[in-house]
Amino acid sequence: MIELKQLRKEFGPIVAVEGVTLSVAKGEVLGFLGPNGAGKSTTMKMITGFLTPTRGTASVCGHDVQEDPIAVKAAIGYLPEGAPLYPDMTPHSFLKFIAQTRGLSGDAARKRIDFVIDRLQLQGVVLQPIETLSKGFKRRVGFAQAILHDPPVLVLDEPTDGLDPNQKHQVRQLIHEIAKDKCIILSTHILEEVDAVCTRVAIIAKGRVVADETPEKLIARSKYHNAVSLKLRPSPGVMVFDELRKVGGVAEVEDRGTSDGIVSCVVLARSGKAILGDVSQLVRVKGWEVKQMHVEAGRLDEVFRDVTGAGA
Amino acid sequence: MASILKGTSAVYRRELAGYFVTPVAYVFIVIFLLLTGIFTWQLGQFFEARQASLRGFFDWHPWLYLFLIPAISMRLWAEERRSGTLELLLTLPISLPGAVVGKFLAAWTFTAVALILTFPMWITVSYLGRPDHGVIIAQYVGSLLMAGGFLAIGQCMSATSKSQVIAFVISVVTCFLFLLIGFEPVLVFFRSWTPDYITQALASFSFFTHFESISKGVIDLRDLIFFVTLIVLFLVINTVVIEAKKS
Repeated sequence: MIELKQLRKEFGPIVAVEGVTLSVAKGEVLGFLGPNGAGKSTTMKMITGFLTPTRGTASVCGHDVQEDPIAVKAAIGYLPEGAPLYPDMTPHSFLKFIAQTRGLSGDAARKRIDFVIDRLQLQGVVLQPIETLSKGFKRRVGFAQAILHDPPVLVLDEPTDGLDPNQKHQVRQLIHEIAKDKCIILSTHILEEVDAVCTRVAIIAKGRVVADETPEKLIARSKYHNAVSLKLRPSPGVMVFDELRKVGGVAEVEDRGTSDGIVSCVVLARSGKAILGDVSQLVRVKGWEVKQMHVEAGRLDEVFRDVTGAGA
Repeated sequence: MASILKGTSAVYRRELAGYFVTPVAYVFIVIFLLLTGIFTWQLGQFFEARQASLRGFFDWHPWLYLFLIPAISMRLWAEERRSGTLELLLTLPISLPGAVVGKFLAAWTFTAVALILTFPMWITVSYLGRPDHGVIIAQYVGSLLMAGGFLAIGQCMSATSKSQVIAFVISVVTCFLFLLIGFEPVLVFFRSWTPDYITQALASFSFFTHFESISKGVIDLRDLIFFVTLIVLFLVINTVVIEAKKS
């Protein structure tokens, strides 16, 4: 439903987005990840028709952004960064205004407004000026605005930025629930969010897409993928690390320190192979007293640093 | 046409309601009425003139508008740009010219409300004498047209800056130029060293020149065309400025 081809944006001499090619289908939630200034917001602004691409094309639901911007805008629900709203309006008058611009009127408008007010639990504040609302409520009003016309495509620029953990959870919950029959792009620099809501991740760095896959595959790139983290009390005089290194499939053992005779370490698997069985076998055979043992999925932040080139 | 002006009515309604939910509207109207009163009764020597006409009232309008209209228009775009709502507005399925026209019409309607509230002037002069009501109506229409001209300039200037103060100052200066080039002392200065036709061309851009016959109660087609063209021109420039300064 969203189709980006070699999308490029220059601001004077600065190249903000350098040839982004992506497509997002119905039912997908694409997490747009990248360091600040990588071009996430600029790309979203081009998809939503706010900025004109220098080169390349973007189309939404078959409409080209430059040829038929109004059709594109009608198909998209957009939450701009920071959820800007008109401070002197009330959520109710604001949503009414949005409904008017979206061509909803009368009963249809009233129904949708009631629906989103209910959905985002805005009942208590609908008649209060937006400027007096808390950040969480403002974000929810921004959200309500974006889904008011039940758009097939949602573009959310940092939807959970600046919210407290409960509010973040609510927003993610909401995205989850509406995601089935929609096509969603959301940008974030919170890595946990990717795991929580996204079905696909695109990492963008310096204006280019440097990774585009499922969160599971992305996480599998981590050297900690399938690593076994261990806390145990070894029998005296035994070189635990050396023993562990001898296990097949083990690439490296990272020392995490020793306290009160308990050794902590992370056993890294060679090219992400499953080594839990072999490691636990060894531990059992040697009769070490295990305090803790679990498999790690991998570390997204490490992959992120790696692919965005900040790891070096 | 319908698609060019898509969203005009929604933007118009939002903007117009916006004037009245903040104290801006009331403060503006009170100041406008106070000033028109002071200018007409005191400086305009309404009673001393002993004439049953509102010329002494309308003659001051260009000067009042010079400062009061930019005060209305300064927030139109500057505020949207500062608060980031411009991005929200321009990603709604409305057209940019539609938004420009909607904002303009809302501000113009508001000015019309302020102008209509000067009706006690009219009542007073009708009570004291027998004015020509046709002339007064023409004067009101002319004044509103001129206000539209000032507004279009002010709204356009508001698009150039995030700061309302800067928008206000640039608007006043630009409007002042449009007034000044038709002011007699300035024309005398130009006449001294330029050919007549240049002086006339300059004068033809002035609000004074076009408001003069209107304030006498005569609505000339040329004056009408002047103000309408000016409004359209500045609204078009406004659209271009917003488009160019989005990023």
